[in-house]
Amino acid sequence: MTIGLEHWTLARPEIFLAVATALLLLYGVLRGEVATAFISVAASVALVATAVLLFMPYREGTAFATLFITDRLTTTMKALVLVGAAISILMSRAYFERVRAWRFEYPLIVSLATLGMMLMISANDLMSLYVGLELQSLALYVIAAFHRDSVRSTEAGVKYFVLGSVASGMLLFGSSLIYGFCGGTSFVQISQALLAGKAGEIGTVIGLVFVVAGLAFKVSAVPFHMWTPDVYEGAPTPVTALFAVAPKIAAISLLVSVLMGPFKPLFPQWQQIIVAAAILSMAWGAFAALRQPNIKRLMAYSSIGNVGYVLLGLAAGTERGIQAVVFYLAIYMVMTLGVFAIILMMKRRDIMVESISDLAGLGRSHPMLALAMLIFMFSMAGIPPLAGFWGKLYIFMAAVEARLFWPAILGVLASVVASYYYLRIVKVMYFDEGTETLDPTTFSVNRVVAFVTALLLAVFSLAPQPLSLIAEAAAKGLFR
Amino acid sequence: MLIGLGHYLTVAGVLFTLGILGIFLNRKNVIVILMCVELMLLAVNINLVAFSVFQGNVVGQIFAMLVLTVAAAEAAIGLAILVVYFRNRGTIAVEDINAMKG
Repeated sequence: MTIGLEHWTLARPEIFLAVATALLLLYGVLRGEVATAFISVAASVALVATAVLLFMPYREGTAFATLFITDRLTTTMKALVLVGAAISILMSRAYFERVRAWRFEYPLIVSLATLGMMLMISANDLMSLYVGLELQSLALYVIAAFHRDSVRSTEAGVKYFVLGSVASGMLLFGSSLIYGFCGGTSFVQISQALLAGKAGEIGTVIGLVFVVAGLAFKVSAVPFHMWTPDVYEGAPTPVTALFAVAPKIAAISLLVSVLMGPFKPLFPQWQQIIVAAAILSMAWGAFAALRQPNIKRLMAYSSIGNVGYVLLGLAAGTERGIQAVVFYLAIYMVMTLGVFAIILMMKRRDIMVESISDLAGLGRSHPMLALAMLIFMFSMAGIPPLAGFWGKLYIFMAAVEARLFWPAILGVLASVVASYYYLRIVKVMYFDEGTETLDPTTFSVNRVVAFVTALLLAVFSLAPQPLSLIAEAAAKGLFR
Repeated sequence: MLIGLGHYLTVAGVLFTLGILGIFLNRKNVIVILMCVELMLLAVNINLVAFSVFQGNVVGQIFAMLVLTVAAAEAAIGLAILVVYFRNRGTIAVEDINAMKG
């Protein structure tokens, strides 16, 4: 009798991460708070080691009957998520020590959330999708409220929890309808049922709409974005850095594999939804950010806008589109980590500040930091020849090839509007007279991250080819 | 009258809608929101079990078990976050959750 356990070794990276997290938790409980520094570094090492395990040896296939799948796309996305989470753990120490919330649970909850993200990226069944998504979400609700003495942090936790559970509920309701009308929860069964003529049934279409709405919430696409600004602003800054990177990449990967996999036969139906969400997100991300004084809130709107561009690539529904999505996400991750590394260094008289006007005079007092920020902002605005420009170019090219002319034109216009607020930060840094400059920075992880990401971005700008080839290989994984 | 699949789906749909309405219309207490979330998940369970029985396929019941487990974990975490919030603010009224605009 076969019980579908033959290929369990495909899940080796996930199993390794789960065991490592459990052991570290045990160690933390036995040693108490003194172990925090060790556990934080060890958790980052475990995350990076998991990323290495993904490729050594690299294997493809499905495991646990059909619950779990690995291919080029999932492996690439998992590697991005793991590296993003590891860096965000390393960046968090100074901040949490300052607010007296430096506890060993933080890196471990991040590892668990990352485990959830890996499972949802690899999901090949509505059940494993749901369980992976919830593992991720439940861990993220907790770390949004991790600074538990702060009203803003706990409020962010409450808001994220309430709206996140509604989204999970909608996703689940959609899943139950799809199960009912397609006769199974496995992506293979769903796809077969849809091809066999279930695609026209109203129940499957309603189910699809609910599932897309739940996932759109998780990637914070307009009109399901309302939690993003508040949660990004209220959560502790290292947590915001994590939110902006890892869960976003994981949720987009999930959206891609669900829509391009089992729901491919319903392409005309979901393409309209995704195009609408993409246009609204690009526009809202550009216009709502114009008047934001708080840089974390600004980054929230910026991430909404960036999700809009990614969705446009997905809406193309072609191999080129998915390639553009992977490429854009990799660039987005590097830029975002760099910006948050700089935000984490913004303090005056030893107090963390987070308003854009605090950056005034940075060009004179911290020339290197200002230069790094300049690179990030120009890249986010999409100014050639920086990496962000290549990302947007690939997206728009894919959209035009798929004959999505109007969405592409609107996207270009939105990116012109958005460049106003990115360039405003550059103007504040170099041309505004600050009343008082920021504290000098000392050597720290954050400074290393800021400079390495800026350097990496410069390399991608001059030579986008290698990254583009990786993205192409990943996209091919989906079209076999 | 024979009770068919349609009846179960209607009950589940009504419960789910009540849950969503409860979350967005409720202006009083966050605990009520938690109860509404549970209501939504239970509506999903009715759907899953009804489909499972009428299709003669056991996957829906397994799915319902998973949903129940996760719902318990979700409620625990939600209450924990609420307790922490209450310690800081001294209230869990929905209209008082406004330290940040939005």
